Amino acid sequence: MKTYLPLLVVLALASTYGFWWKRRQGAIRSHKAIPGHRLGADVLGEALGSRATMVQFSSAFCTPCRATHALLSQMVIAMDDVKHVQIDAESHLELVRQLDIRSTPTTIFINKDGIEVGRAAGTPKREQVLAALAAIN
Amino acid sequence: MSEILEKPEVRKIYIDARGPRFSASITTIVLATALVTHNVWVLVAQGLVFLIGATFGPQFTPYGLIFKNFIKPRLKKIAPTEDVRPPKFAQSVGLIFALVGIFGAVVDRSLIFAAATGFALAAAFLNAAFNYCLGCEMYLILVRTTTRRK
Repeated sequence: MKTYLPLLVVLALASTYGFWWKRRQGAIRSHKAIPGHRLGADVLGEALGSRATMVQFSSAFCTPCRATHALLSQMVIAMDDVKHVQIDAESHLELVRQLDIRSTPTTIFINKDGIEVGRAAGTPKREQVLAALAAIN
Repeated sequence: MSEILEKPEVRKIYIDARGPRFSASITTIVLATALVTHNVWVLVAQGLVFLIGATFGPQFTPYGLIFKNFIKPRLKKIAPTEDVRPPKFAQSVGLIFALVGIFGAVVDRSLIFAAATGFALAAAFLNAAFNYCLGCEMYLILVRTTTRRK
C-alpha cells in the first residue's frame, strides 16, 4: 500500500527549512553580540586590525570553511586596516561557548577595540562583507 | 620534506565535491521510495550504501562509482574538491537513521520506521537541493555538548 502523505510532509518541512537556512547563510547579523565582551589580541593570538578584524571560526569537518577562508584572506590583501584571523573551533571551545557559536564557518566581525559588530554563519558574499566592513569605523 | 606530507594527519583525501551531491540525489529518490512503499528492504539497501560510505568513503558506494564512471566524464574537467571526511560523517549519520528505521520495521513500529526514514530523507534532500552540509551544522554542537567545560 502506498502512502504519499509522509513523503509530502517531509519534503514540505525540509524545503521550508532549506529555504530559510539558505537565506541566512552568509548574512551578517548583529543581534548576538554580547554587550561589553571583547576579543583581544591575547585571545586571538595576534594583533587586531587597525579598523576591523574578521575572526573566522572553522573546524576540520567543514568544506564551506575553506571557501570562506579563501574569500576573506584574499579580500584583506588590499586592505591595510582590516585583518582576517582563523580560529580552530575545536581547540577554543570556551570561546565558542562564550560567543555561542553553533556551526562553522562562523565569522565574527569586530572593531578595533575587539567589540563584535556582527557575525555571519556560512560563507558570506563579497558584497555582504564589504558592506559590513564599511559600516565599521 | 615528503615525510612530513606522508604523516596521516597532514595527508588528507580530497574527492570531487560534486560526487556526494549526486549521491544525495539518488539517496533522496531511494529513501522517498522506502517511505512511500513502506518497504524495509529498500531501507536496508540504502543502509548498505551508507555503511560502505561511512566505512570506506562515499567514493566507493554504488552511487559514487556511477558518478565517477558515467557522470563525471560529462562534467567540466576542473573539479571543485573537498575533504572526504564531512561527506563520510554524513554517511554515518545516514547509517544511524537507517538502523533505527530498520529496527522500527523489525519491531513492527511503523512510526519509528517512517520517522527515521523521514529524517534521513530530509538530510539527503537538503544536501542535494540546497548543498546543506549536515556535518558542518552538527559537528560543533556535538563537540560542545560532549566535551566537559574547564
